[in-house]
Amino acid sequence: MSSPPLLRGAPARTDLTGTGLDERRPDAHGPDAAELADITGRIREHIVAMCAGPEGGHLGGSMSLVEILSVLYFRVMRHDPRFPGLPERDVLLLSKGHGGIALFATLCEAGYFPAEDLDEYARPGSHLMAHPHPEIAGVEIASGSLGHGLALGVGYALANRLDGSARRCFVVMGDGELQEGSVWEAASVASAHRLNSLTAIVDRNGLQITGGTESVNSLEPLADRWRAFGWRVVEADGHDAEALTSALTLPADLDRPTVIIAHTVKGKGVPFIEGQAKSHYARLSGRQHQRALNAVRASAGTPAGGDRR
Amino acid sequence: MTTAPAPAPARAAREVYRDTVAELLPGEPRLVVLDSDTGLFGGVDFGSAADRYLNLGIAEHTLMGTAAGLAREGRIPLVNTMAAFASSRAVEAVKIDIAMGNLPVLIAATHSGVSAGHLGPTHHALEDLAVMRALPHMTVVVPGDAAGTEDLLRQALTLGGPVYFRLGRGATPDLPAGPPVRLGKAQQLRHGTDITLAACGPYPVLAALEAADLLESEGITANVLHLHTVKPLDTPALLSSLGVRDTVITVEEHWSSGGFGSAVAEALSAVRPVRVHRMALPDEFVPVAGSQRYLLERGGVSARAIAERARASLDSRRGGIR
Repeated sequence: MSSPPLLRGAPARTDLTGTGLDERRPDAHGPDAAELADITGRIREHIVAMCAGPEGGHLGGSMSLVEILSVLYFRVMRHDPRFPGLPERDVLLLSKGHGGIALFATLCEAGYFPAEDLDEYARPGSHLMAHPHPEIAGVEIASGSLGHGLALGVGYALANRLDGSARRCFVVMGDGELQEGSVWEAASVASAHRLNSLTAIVDRNGLQITGGTESVNSLEPLADRWRAFGWRVVEADGHDAEALTSALTLPADLDRPTVIIAHTVKGKGVPFIEGQAKSHYARLSGRQHQRALNAVRASAGTPAGGDRR
Repeated sequence: MTTAPAPAPARAAREVYRDTVAELLPGEPRLVVLDSDTGLFGGVDFGSAADRYLNLGIAEHTLMGTAAGLAREGRIPLVNTMAAFASSRAVEAVKIDIAMGNLPVLIAATHSGVSAGHLGPTHHALEDLAVMRALPHMTVVVPGDAAGTEDLLRQALTLGGPVYFRLGRGATPDLPAGPPVRLGKAQQLRHGTDITLAACGPYPVLAALEAADLLESEGITANVLHLHTVKPLDTPALLSSLGVRDTVITVEEHWSSGGFGSAVAEALSAVRPVRVHRMALPDEFVPVAGSQRYLLERGGVSARAIAERARASLDSRRGGIR
């Protein structure tokens, strides 16, 4: 029987020298509260700018994600924008792909690509579309069809275990997304396999396209649902960076995966659309863009009317 | 007229798959087997590599997504499920999570076609070739027998991209010896000059060979091509088998829409005007119980029906209907 040369061995461990990753997992580190607020302010500015572009964008569910993503990329995750595919990195899977522009803005601020690239969002030929895909530096998976990310996270976490690695995998989901049955299929598998390197984060802003999640297809009691599926549940204010930092750096000493239910406000930072289902997708006029920018800058303590960057 | 009985079944392709994987896994650290409660494997089958056998339970979407996550982290997952579930229930995860990333995941889909027999239409997979070959990056392989299963599996694992590996349920007969089985290459099992029979899948290939026997007794000689790789299709072999002729009969265990015959028609029509007659199951859910072979013959995928179609086609050509 023919037996062609089959497979190479497992990937070699990468020399971490010069990658910006420590061999030892750091505790929460990175910018202090004021520095992080500056970063989240800039991310929000990027998001509203993209929503003022020719196609508009998913404004509400992107604004609700800003602290979650900035805490992950600037304080919690081990990653290096110079080496997006580094095997030792922690990974983020944005399962709620309609938060794509929040991810792009965060990756930009983290150094994965220059801010000029964001100006190309949704323009013909740009890699930056409304939903993420792995052609974009720092993006792990294609998402946007909901209910996929957690299963992929199970795969990453199983790979970590097989590698004997301490890497972590974070899966960010929308709350409306939890109406997809595949989420619970994967949640069940994750706890059955005791994947304690896996952390899910639910952006619990309470709204989906057609209204409140509780009126469309109720999710409560949400924490109990996750507990019933064998997960450790932590609830946090999803706009409180310190609370999120604490939740995301809890020791993974339990024999089960963790879910952070992050209570957020859809459209956070833009008063005229905050907490409204209609913020789901917006194409901001020039005037609306300026109003949104002013509000974001006011809350971030940045003078209004300054240069965007 | 009755057709000759098929040769005795030898081994089930899915058992050959199982044994080959069990042999490969301990020595190939990148391989991971993901199961969905199929019962095909037990962790003990893999000895020291048992930690790389993971049964995720009855969760086909998660099976595909998990495979994609593992593949993105450098592993080569083999996933086990039934063809009906791989190609319908889990197909969005196959499309977005696996195919889009061109990830090295081998989907071992058992119970394909009507091989599930009396298990009924929920367990028949007569759309899977159409679905899977529609996906970019996907290689689609249908082994013809036990030996071909092992050869093609070993070759498929070196591809570095997604593979849909279509297997049946029960044992099927061995095909007659032919040229070596090479992924992406047609196997010419018989030479003839009057018509080409292009077949895919164990019983369709056997039926084509049997039809060639019937035709030969009437003075008609047929080329019989075994195309175990539906995508990429070996178009050059099909073209060279045509020679100056212009007729191909395709034979498959699939609905007539979008499957192997459609692939052949698409490929040949781009090059020259060719008549492609598709012998496939009719456009209906199979409403009765029966063995794989019974259901195929009932649906018109039989040696006799192929021979009749060949005669009719050659007669019409002689009659100047062209």
